[in-house]
Amino acid sequence: MSDASYAPRLGVCPACDAAPLAQRLADRAEALAPNRLILSLPDAHCALCITQIEGALMAHPGVRAARVNLTLRRVTVNAPGLTAADLVPVLARAGHQAHELDPDALAQSAGDRAGRDLLMRIGVSGFAMMNIMILSVAVWSGAEAATRDLFHWISGAIALPTVVFAGQPFFASAWRSLKAGRLGMDVPISLALILASAISVFETAQSGHHAYFDAAVMLCFFLLVGRYLDHRTRAIARSAAAELTALEVPRATLISGVVERTVPVADLRPGDLIRVRPGGRIPADGTVLEGQSEIDRALLTGETLPVAAAPGMTLSAGEVNLTGPLVLRVTAAGQDSSLARLTALVEAAENARGRYTSLAERAARGYSPAVHVLAFGSFLGWLWATGDVRLAVNIAAAVLIITCPCALGLAVPAVATSASGRLFRRGLLIKDGTALERLAEVDTVVFDKTGTLTMGQPRLLDPDSIPADLRPLAHALAQGSAHPLSRALAQALEGTPPAVLEALTEHPGRGVSARWQGRDLRLGRAEWLGVADDQDAATLSSWLSVDGQPPLRLDFTDSLRPGAADCVARLLADGRRVILLSGDRAAPVAALAASLGITEWHAGIDPVGKADAVAAQADAGAKVLMVGDGLNDTAALARAHVSLSPASALDAARVASDMVLTGHDLAPVAEALVIARLATRRIRENFAISFGYNVVAVPFAILGMATPLLAALAMSVSSITVTLNALRLSGKAR
Amino acid sequence: MEILAILIPVSLGLGAAGLIAFVWALRNRQFEDPKGDGERILSDRWDDHPPP
Repeated sequence: MSDASYAPRLGVCPACDAAPLAQRLADRAEALAPNRLILSLPDAHCALCITQIEGALMAHPGVRAARVNLTLRRVTVNAPGLTAADLVPVLARAGHQAHELDPDALAQSAGDRAGRDLLMRIGVSGFAMMNIMILSVAVWSGAEAATRDLFHWISGAIALPTVVFAGQPFFASAWRSLKAGRLGMDVPISLALILASAISVFETAQSGHHAYFDAAVMLCFFLLVGRYLDHRTRAIARSAAAELTALEVPRATLISGVVERTVPVADLRPGDLIRVRPGGRIPADGTVLEGQSEIDRALLTGETLPVAAAPGMTLSAGEVNLTGPLVLRVTAAGQDSSLARLTALVEAAENARGRYTSLAERAARGYSPAVHVLAFGSFLGWLWATGDVRLAVNIAAAVLIITCPCALGLAVPAVATSASGRLFRRGLLIKDGTALERLAEVDTVVFDKTGTLTMGQPRLLDPDSIPADLRPLAHALAQGSAHPLSRALAQALEGTPPAVLEALTEHPGRGVSARWQGRDLRLGRAEWLGVADDQDAATLSSWLSVDGQPPLRLDFTDSLRPGAADCVARLLADGRRVILLSGDRAAPVAALAASLGITEWHAGIDPVGKADAVAAQADAGAKVLMVGDGLNDTAALARAHVSLSPASALDAARVASDMVLTGHDLAPVAEALVIARLATRRIRENFAISFGYNVVAVPFAILGMATPLLAALAMSVSSITVTLNALRLSGKAR
Repeated sequence: MEILAILIPVSLGLGAAGLIAFVWALRNRQFEDPKGDGERILSDRWDDHPPP
């Protein structure tokens, strides 16, 4: 790293530096972690990616250090004064996708104390287990009298501190559940640990034959491994997905008298005057006072066609102003705005979804009482039959150790780890612990159109429809506007050098006009050019007119998200119902549905309608997977059995959904359903395996024939089988 | 059986050495990015003091 890169970035004038600085300081997140930026890299995968990403970032002025973490697929950048918005394009030019992550939220998991704490306990119990096993093998092979007692004492000296240290997570959790009056999985575990250690100390002191020190420590080890896997899956998902933050910060430009100030949206009051620049998001509901523009309502309603805005019109928060500056009088802000009403809708829908009981919880609910009944029953039985308390307690302890849910504790976390690892490599992040199981039950998939099945960016349908002599003119005109259709036209004509035009003017809400060699040129809406347009067409259109020639119609279509056709085809082939719900006009929705082979589609649906439609499907017994990105989908996402949103989705939509797609490609969705089914099958298999071992070993324990050797064998073999079975899932992709 | 007086401390000592090595690795963030560290040896960039 050269010293030059340490030089602070200096602007041309102090004010230029001070203004954005003040804005940044206003932002809480930036103020707390001014230097560190964390970006998520969904498709980084090799040494070359690391070199390219770090190289591209280091070459950018102002970046002091950049370090890629390939395991977590993120890059940490030390760049004082820069924001993620500056660096994402840098990476895009280097050919890598990137999204901003919130460093504050990640700070908790970076230090990940709980994870390291668990690892430390695993290490200690693993060390103790190995040493005790060496001694135990000697005892099993027939060490006698004084030698056996010595070995038992040494084992005890290692095991007792280990159980006290490594068993703490179980004791704490068992105590919590006892205080709450429940019998969780950790109560029988703690009981087994304490009873096994106590019995073993007593037996050793009496110079007895059997001591269960090895079993107690092994129990700790295997259960801690399960705990750690569970913890890690959750930590990764939580840190990455929940905190993907939207790039725009909610601020508004307030006009007070002649001065304009930037204020947080929360400070807006009804009656305030605000200015919205072209390209800006409308911060609060309001009525247009001045200006002509066009409004993109795609995120709120799913419509791709921009709507013209003129004085007197009412706009909602969350819409995007496209072409001209607008002055709004705020009618509702904060709690009363339509954005906040949508959030309330999401909360209501989340309550309606209710709590899902996971497979593990259902297993624990039956297992835990059964274990206690078995152990207590065999204690009473042997006490009644022989009257020997020492023998009865010994047998009860053996039953508890044999039935202890070692394999059960590993059954779910091991599968969840390998399944979510495989999905993560495919570009899918799981935010919710039970999402995988719920995904496996899905039989109906509901898609949103704009931004989900399509990219939400228009594309010129047929560039060849423009005559060659008009292309340089069209290109030059299109460059004069920020309207999405103009940008799409400019992009389509990139190969043609633009003509030199005079008097290029943008007419907000209408189009662009210019003069070329004495002739008037216009590009824009049909009404403005004075031609009749077909309002029901499936495509968006813009018109190009050159003086003396008939106007030319340019058709645009929303480009399909990569993998969308493949994904829908696979879902249909697997026998799932696919439904398309969109807030857009009927014609484009019908065209898209037809091209993808979707027979069930509904157009012109508002957010409440979407949530209701999903709820209606759920009431009819269908398990719905909702895939959507916009604010208008948020309530439906929260209401569905399980939900998914692309990383490009709005903040609110990502928060409401269980899974986030980190790449652009939609294909992993169909694959996720297959993997989820496989994972659930593996979990059930694992339950069957561990139950099978218990069915074989428990009768031995109850009959008093259990030896420490049998306990150790049953425990380790079942745990290893279960883990291996789970690992089959993460293997090679088909 | 006097050999036990030597063998048992030796086995415990070796185990403890392993445990200490593990704790050291944990404290030194050796498990932060196992996949990336594996790939980085293929990179020809001089990286004597990698940033944390």
